[in-house]
Amino acid sequence: MDSIRNFSIIAHIDHGKSTLADRLIQYTGIVEDRDFQDQILDNMDIERERGITIKSQVVSLPYCAKDGRSYTLNLIDTPGHVDFTYEVSRSLASCEGVLLVIDAAQGVQAQTLANLYLAMEHDLAIIPVINKIDLPSADVERVIEQIDSELGLDPDTHLKCSAKAGIGIEEVLEAIVARIPPPKGDPAAPLAALIFDAKYDSFRGTVIHCRIFDGTVKAGDIIRLVYNNATHRVEEVGHFLLQRQKLESLSAGDVGYIIAGVKTVSDVRTGDTITLENRPCPKPLPGFKEVKPVVFASIYPIASDDYTDLADSLDKFKLNDASFVYEKDSSAALGQGFRCGFLGLLHLDIVQERLEREYDLSIILSVPSVRYRFTLKDGTVLFVDNPTHYPEPMSIIKSEEPYIRAAMMLPERYLGAVMKLCMEKRGVNSTLNYPSPGRAELVYEVPLAEVIFDFYDRFKSVTQGYGSFDYDLIDYRESSLALLDILVNGEKVDALSQIVHRERARARGLQACERLKEEIPRQMFKIAIQGVIGGEIISRTTISAFRKDVIAKCYGGDISRKRKLLEKQKKGKKRMKMIGNVSIPQSAFLAVLKSDTE
Amino acid sequence: MSGPAFQTAGTGFFPRDSLDFSAGRISEETPPTTGKGPSEQSTEPDELPGLYIHIPFCLRKCAYCGFYSITDLSLIPAYRSALRREMALYRGWAASFDTLYIGGGTPSVLPEEDLEGLIADIRTAFTIAAGAEITVEANPADITEGLLASLRRSGVNRLNIGVQSFDDDSLALLGRRHTALQAIGAIQQVRDTGFVNIGLDLIYGLPSSPAGGANGDMMPHRVPICTEADRNFATWLATLDTAIGLDPDHLSCYQLTLEEKTPLAKRCRLGELILPGESRQADFFLRTAQILEESGYRHYEVSNFARPGRESRHNRKYWSHVPYLGLGPAAHSFSGRERRWNRSSVDAYIGDLESGREPVESREILNDEQLRLEALFLGFRTRRGICLETFKIRYGRDLLADKRDMIVRLSGEGLLEIRDGFLRPTRAGMAVADSLALI
Ligand SMILES: Nc1nc2c(ncn2[C@@H]2O[C@H](COP(=O)(O)OP(=O)(O)OP(=O)(O)O)[C@@H](O)[C@H]2O)c(=O)[nH]1
Ligand code: SF4
Ligand SMILES: [Mg+2]
Repeated sequence: MDSIRNFSIIAHIDHGKSTLADRLIQYTGIVEDRDFQDQILDNMDIERERGITIKSQVVSLPYCAKDGRSYTLNLIDTPGHVDFTYEVSRSLASCEGVLLVIDAAQGVQAQTLANLYLAMEHDLAIIPVINKIDLPSADVERVIEQIDSELGLDPDTHLKCSAKAGIGIEEVLEAIVARIPPPKGDPAAPLAALIFDAKYDSFRGTVIHCRIFDGTVKAGDIIRLVYNNATHRVEEVGHFLLQRQKLESLSAGDVGYIIAGVKTVSDVRTGDTITLENRPCPKPLPGFKEVKPVVFASIYPIASDDYTDLADSLDKFKLNDASFVYEKDSSAALGQGFRCGFLGLLHLDIVQERLEREYDLSIILSVPSVRYRFTLKDGTVLFVDNPTHYPEPMSIIKSEEPYIRAAMMLPERYLGAVMKLCMEKRGVNSTLNYPSPGRAELVYEVPLAEVIFDFYDRFKSVTQGYGSFDYDLIDYRESSLALLDILVNGEKVDALSQIVHRERARARGLQACERLKEEIPRQMFKIAIQGVIGGEIISRTTISAFRKDVIAKCYGGDISRKRKLLEKQKKGKKRMKMIGNVSIPQSAFLAVLKSDTE
Repeated sequence: MSGPAFQTAGTGFFPRDSLDFSAGRISEETPPTTGKGPSEQSTEPDELPGLYIHIPFCLRKCAYCGFYSITDLSLIPAYRSALRREMALYRGWAASFDTLYIGGGTPSVLPEEDLEGLIADIRTAFTIAAGAEITVEANPADITEGLLASLRRSGVNRLNIGVQSFDDDSLALLGRRHTALQAIGAIQQVRDTGFVNIGLDLIYGLPSSPAGGANGDMMPHRVPICTEADRNFATWLATLDTAIGLDPDHLSCYQLTLEEKTPLAKRCRLGELILPGESRQADFFLRTAQILEESGYRHYEVSNFARPGRESRHNRKYWSHVPYLGLGPAAHSFSGRERRWNRSSVDAYIGDLESGREPVESREILNDEQLRLEALFLGFRTRRGICLETFKIRYGRDLLADKRDMIVRLSGEGLLEIRDGFLRPTRAGMAVADSLALI
C-alpha cells in the first residue's frame, strides 16, 4: 500500500488538467505514441468536440521513482466547469492529494478557489502546479504571489511546468510520490469500498468504479450493496489503464472497478458502500453530499412510443451522472416525460446531448426554470420548479425566488460593461475589491433565474473571455411573479410556459414570441404565437405560411434526387415535435430564454 | 401472366409479392368503385412501361441549363452505335412499350437521317405497341419541312417544342437560339404538316434586374410601369396569352429553377439579377393555372396542362411508379423497385458500351419506405392525387387513418381535398406538393 498514490488534478476550466494528465500518462509509457491523442482521457465525443472535460476519469500509472521504487499512481482528471463540481467532489473522496493546476497567464480564478476549498474539506495534500509557463503572457511571479495571498498556501511548495511543452513533468511525478501520503487502510479488515461512479455496459451489466478503503475483493466474492442490501457475485475486478484491465484482486488503497453482473441499474448508487456478504464492515463509509439541482426542465420523447425507452435510458444514464436527478412528469402538449434537475445550463445541455447520442433518443426539453417558493393563503409553503404547477394566483400571498451571490473576477477595463449587465439582470448589493492591481472582483446578488438563462454567455462576451464567474445560492427573496403561457395556433404549449418577474413579463413575452418566430420554420399554414398572462394576451406574432416549395420539373431522371432531398428533410422533421399540427423544433424550447442581444 | 416480362438487367428482381403494381391501374376520371376488392382489382391489366431515349446534343448551351449535354456534334455517329449496343443489352427488358419519348438535350439537332435511323433502330430492338404515344422534343429553330416529314415517316405523333418564351428579351436572357417570331412560325408549320398533338414548353419566374434600374435604361422603349417585378409578370402573361392563341394541345409551364454553375445562376449570385420572391412565384403559379384552366386546359400536374385526353402518357408513368427504360447518357430506368442511371458523360457512355459494359453510373433498390415517400411526392404533384385504397394496397399505409388530423387541417386550409376515394391537392396544394409529401 505504501507504493500507491491516489490523487486528482483539479483547476479552473481550461487551465490544462487534461493536458497535464496526458504528459503524466506518456511519461509512464502505458500508451504507445502512435495510439496517443491529445487530452486522451476526454474520451467522449462530446468532450472532444467541445474541448472540455465533463466526466472525471481514472487512470492507473506505473511509475518508477528516483528512489528506485515502483509506484502505482491512480490519477483522476476532473472537469473544471462549475456545473460539474459534483464530479470533482466525488473524485476527491478517493484521493489523498491533489495537483492544483493554475494557468500561469490567467492566474487564480473562481474555480481554482472553489476546488481548493473542496480539497481542504477532504483534508488532502495540495501541490500547487503553475502550468503554461511556456506562454509569452505567463506571469509566474504574480501567480506565486496569488498562491500566497489568495489561496493561503505556502508559496514555496509550488511547481512550475508546461503541460503542452512537456516541461517539468518529472518534478510533478516526484512530488506526487514524495508529498502525497500513501492511502491508509487494512487489507485484512472487512471490505469497505466507496462507489464513486458507474457505467452501464450492455454486455457486462453495471461496471462499478470504486475506491477500496479497507479489505480485499476478488472474483467469486459475494458483495453486498449497503443501501438496499442487494447481493451479487463478483465476476471481475481490475483497474483502469485507459481501458479496463483485469486484476486478481483489489485491496485497501486501490482505485478500480468491480463487475458483478448487476443488471438492476437502480441497485447501484454512487456514494454507497460495498462490503462482503459473509463479513460485512461495521458501518458504511460516509457517502457524498446530496446534489442540489438549481435548474429544472422536463424531458419528453419526440415520439411518444419512445417513453419506455427514455425511462430505461435515464436509469442507465443516471449511473454515469450522479448529479442528474429526475422524476415522472406529464405535459398536456408533450405527453409523458420526466422532470429533471440540473446543476446548471451547461449541465442541462450536456445531458440532452449525451442522451441523444449515447442512447439514440430524440428528446424535447421544456423551458428551464429555477425553483420558486410560494406561500398560500392557507399557510402552505410550496416549492415550484415547474410552471405547470404554478399555484392559483388568487391563493398566493407571497412569492419568492432564489438569489445567488455572483462572484466575478475580471480585468478592470470590463467593469463598466459587467456592472451594466448585472443591473439589467436585477442585481443588487454590489461590492468591489481589487485583489491585485488591474484585476477586479465584483460581487452582486442576483436572482438565479436571471443568471441561468443567458447571463453566462453574455458575461463571457462582454469580458471577451477574460472574466471568470462563480456563484453560491444565498437565500429566497420576495419577488413579484407571474406565469407566462405561450399559445401556438391557439393551443397552449405548457412546455413553453415560464415563471417570470412581473415587471419584465411583457418584455419576456415579446422576446419569447420573437425567438419562436425565428426558430419555428414556416409551414403550410399560418402560425399564430401568443404570450398570455392570466388570460390576457400580452404579445403576439405570426409566422406566415409558405406558398410554394414544389420543384418545377420532376421526370424520370429527377425522382431519385428529389427523394433524397425529401428524406433529409424528413429526418430533420423527425426531430421536431408536432403540437397541434405545428412542427416545433427542439431548439425552440431553449431559445425562448435567449435575449436578443446575441 | 398479367404484366410485362421484366427482365431487369443487373439485380434482376421484381418483387411482386411485396409491391403489387397490378392493382394500381385506375383511370383518371373514374375512381374505383367501392365494391371492388383488391383481388378483383389486381386482375386489371398492368400499364405497359415507357421507353425514353436521351439525345445529349445541343447546338449551344442555354444560360440556365444544368443538364448534361454537349455541343460537339461529331460524336453523333459513335453515340448512335453505342445506343444500338445499349438497346441490344436491354432487348428483353419488356415485352412492349406503349410510349416512346425522345428527349434531350435537343433531339432536333440530329440530322434527319440520324433521327429516322435511330427510331428505326428502336423499332428493331423493341416492340412499340400499336397506338403508342411517340414524342420528340424540338427546338423551334430546327423545325424544317424535311425534319417534320421525316418525323411523320417514323411514326412520331407528338411534338414537344421548346419555346420557353414569346418575349425576345426573355429569350436573350435565357440564351435561347431562336426568336419569338421563329417559334410562332415553327408552330404554324408543324400544324400545317398535320401534327395534331403539339406541346409547348414555357418558362416563367425569370430573374430581372434589381429595382427597375439597369433594364429600364437599356431598353428605353419600355418605361417601367410599376416595378421590375410587375413588368416581369406582365411579360409572362403576354407569353401565356400568345401560347393560348396558338392553341397547342399541351403546355408545360416551368418555374425557372436556378441550377448551380450556370451563367444565369452566376449573374444572380453577383446580384446583377434577382429572382422573384417566393410569394411572387406563388402568384405566377396560381395565376398561370387559373388562366390556362379558364382556357380549357386541365392542370394535371404541377407544371403540366393539357386539353382533355392530351396529357402526356409517357410522363404520367413517372408519377405513378410505372416502369420505364431509359437509354442514352444520364438516362434513368425504373423497374418497380430498382432505379438506375447511366453515366452522364457521353465519352464514358460510349466507352463503356464499346467495351461491352452496361453504361450504368449507379443504381439503387428502393425499400418500402422510399417507395412510399416517392408515391407521396409524385402523387401530390398530380391533380389526380393519391388513390387512398390503392396506396394502402401498394404501399401498405392507410393514409387517412395515419394522418387524419393533418389531412383535416390541410383541407381546412384549402390545400387538400378528399374526393371519390382520392386524396388530391388543390391548386394551392400543388404549389406545396413537396411539403405535403412530408406530412
Ligand atoms: N501554451 C500552453 N497551452 C496549454 C498548456 N496546457 C494546456 N494548454 C492548452 O490549454 C487548453 C485547455 O487544456 P485542457 O488540458 O483541455 O484543459 P482542462 O483544464 O483539462 O480543461 P477542462 O477539463 O475543460 O476544465 C488546450 O488548448 C491546451 O492545449 C501549456 O502548458 N501551455
Ligand atoms: S436547355 Fe435544352 S437546349 Fe438548352 S442547353 Fe439545355 S438541353 Fe440544350
Ligand atoms: Mg480537462
